[in-house]
Amino acid sequence: MALRRQVGEAALAPPRVVTPRRTLADREDVLARVMLTPALLYVLLLVGLPFVLAILLSFSAATAGSLDFTWVGLRNFARLLPDPQFRLALRNTFLFTAVSQAIVILLAVTAANVLEAAFVGRRVVRFLLLLPWAVPVSLAAMAWTWIFDSTFSVVNWTLKVLGLLEGWFYWFGDPTLAMIAIITVHVWRMFPFATVIVLAGMTALPQEIREAAVVDGAGFFRRLFQVQLPLLLPIVTVSVLFGVVFTATDLGVVWLLTRGGPYNSTHVLATLAFQRGILAANLGQGAAIALFLLPVLVVVAWVMLRTARRTEVGG
Amino acid sequence: MRRWQTRDARAAPVATLRGTGPQAGIAPRWRRRAVRLLKRTALYLAALAFTVFAVFPFYWMFLTAFKTNRDLYVGATNLQHIPWIFNEPPTLQHVRLLFLETHYLVWVRNTVLVGALVVLITLLVAVPAGYALARLAGRWGERLGIAIFLTYLIPPTLLFIPFARVIAMLHLQNTLWALVLVYPTFTIPFCTWLLMGFFRSIPRDIEEQGMIDGYSRLAVIRRVMFPLAVSGILTAAMFAFTLVMQEFVYALTFISAVGRMTVSLGVPVALVRGDVFYWGSLMAAALITSIPIAVVYNLFIDRFIQGLTAGAVKG
Repeated sequence: MALRRQVGEAALAPPRVVTPRRTLADREDVLARVMLTPALLYVLLLVGLPFVLAILLSFSAATAGSLDFTWVGLRNFARLLPDPQFRLALRNTFLFTAVSQAIVILLAVTAANVLEAAFVGRRVVRFLLLLPWAVPVSLAAMAWTWIFDSTFSVVNWTLKVLGLLEGWFYWFGDPTLAMIAIITVHVWRMFPFATVIVLAGMTALPQEIREAAVVDGAGFFRRLFQVQLPLLLPIVTVSVLFGVVFTATDLGVVWLLTRGGPYNSTHVLATLAFQRGILAANLGQGAAIALFLLPVLVVVAWVMLRTARRTEVGG
Repeated sequence: MRRWQTRDARAAPVATLRGTGPQAGIAPRWRRRAVRLLKRTALYLAALAFTVFAVFPFYWMFLTAFKTNRDLYVGATNLQHIPWIFNEPPTLQHVRLLFLETHYLVWVRNTVLVGALVVLITLLVAVPAGYALARLAGRWGERLGIAIFLTYLIPPTLLFIPFARVIAMLHLQNTLWALVLVYPTFTIPFCTWLLMGFFRSIPRDIEEQGMIDGYSRLAVIRRVMFPLAVSGILTAAMFAFTLVMQEFVYALTFISAVGRMTVSLGVPVALVRGDVFYWGSLMAAALITSIPIAVVYNLFIDRFIQGLTAGAVKG
């Protein structure tokens, strides 16, 4: 209503006024609201509402087949906590995320240092390094499934030829090997992204600081640990937070590589939620499992905000 | 000359050891050269190692896509048969099978259709929102911007279960409309954030000049800002499209009919006969799909990182 009145007034106003015009096109507060409303509505209706629904579902006995919405309180959670399969999924989620992110940081900082140096073919190398992150995760996961195939694995062949493998690796038949495979894929997928972010942070660093460190006689490692890394900390944090969110909540890699097997040993929260919630049609329990990811996200969001604010104050 | 050099070489290490005088850092020429050479070699080796790790699965896709079955399906226990090269002339049989006897082209069409609609919705919503957050909304706009960005961190894993319920209630199961409705939940926050960064990077003076010249705020947006932001908007559109191409979880949850799948779902899920994967065609599909995305990423990555970090970390 208010909006229409504004437009009406604008139309009625005499065409030439000396005083500043107060049409809709000039009222910035109204304009801001009008321009923001669609985005806010979409986010509220299709992210906020489902999010609330996720919480409600976790307290219900809802199944995919029926539309009933019986409130069962904490029963879904109470059943999950002693469930060994759920505990394993929880542990795996932490394990995969922590190990892969640790490796990713190491690789990303090294790779960013390499890419920052001037050398022949640097642009080509950067393009190639970006490939793993650009490719759809489901297609990449299939390529890795084929690479780790139990009969035709090129990894096994190469290890055999090099004399490093005595027996045989059944990659997806052995829990430890399956976990190694999953972590490899996560690292492969996330390190290019982290590298690019760290590299962007590095290029933004004032060149004088490094030159001053060189002039003062700081060696490579001192420059790395005492000058570069502290300055890069905020941006490395950002890349790690993204990495944690993408890895901890990932469903595709584990689902396509192992389907949670062998013997349900590699399930993570996401795949378990999919199996129980969608395939077994137990929406309530699936929602409860997925909700255990929430604390991770809250912590990540909190750290991210803090980092953003601190940098703001510092800059 | 030679004698001078040898004397230098003998004298220098002593000086370096003692670390006295301005000559301490000046090693003889051959040593400096050796160190330089060593450093360059290490640099190239590191670059090579990273590249090999990143590219290896793509090389494997390429080999698999064009190898004959006889060359492809040789057990890795046969150490005489080298899997890293074409042992027989390459073939197009897998590509032909992919295009003529599978649903690949249908999946491509579905993906393009969903992608185009999602990009359209995203731009209509995110461009005004991004501008409003960058220019009009002031202090609370910044907080709102961060809040919108944080919704991007709420992963599909948390929302696919309630969405399964919502989609079922709307009778959209197994239709592309389900994807068109849900995909903007991640493209809108992402693109709003990206566009906010782009709009901020355009100097305010240009707009103010326009308003002094008599344009209203709305006219400034249309006549001045829009043309300047075209490259930023294009980047956002490209990334929205690639996000759609990469999405797997929602597609897996909502779509089960082979004819309605997108590429990232159909290729890993439906290129199977019973338990047997068509590895040749599968890898061909992965390769063909990845190339355009990789090129787009490479073209726009700098702008993208700029937008991402300009918002996340200031200064």
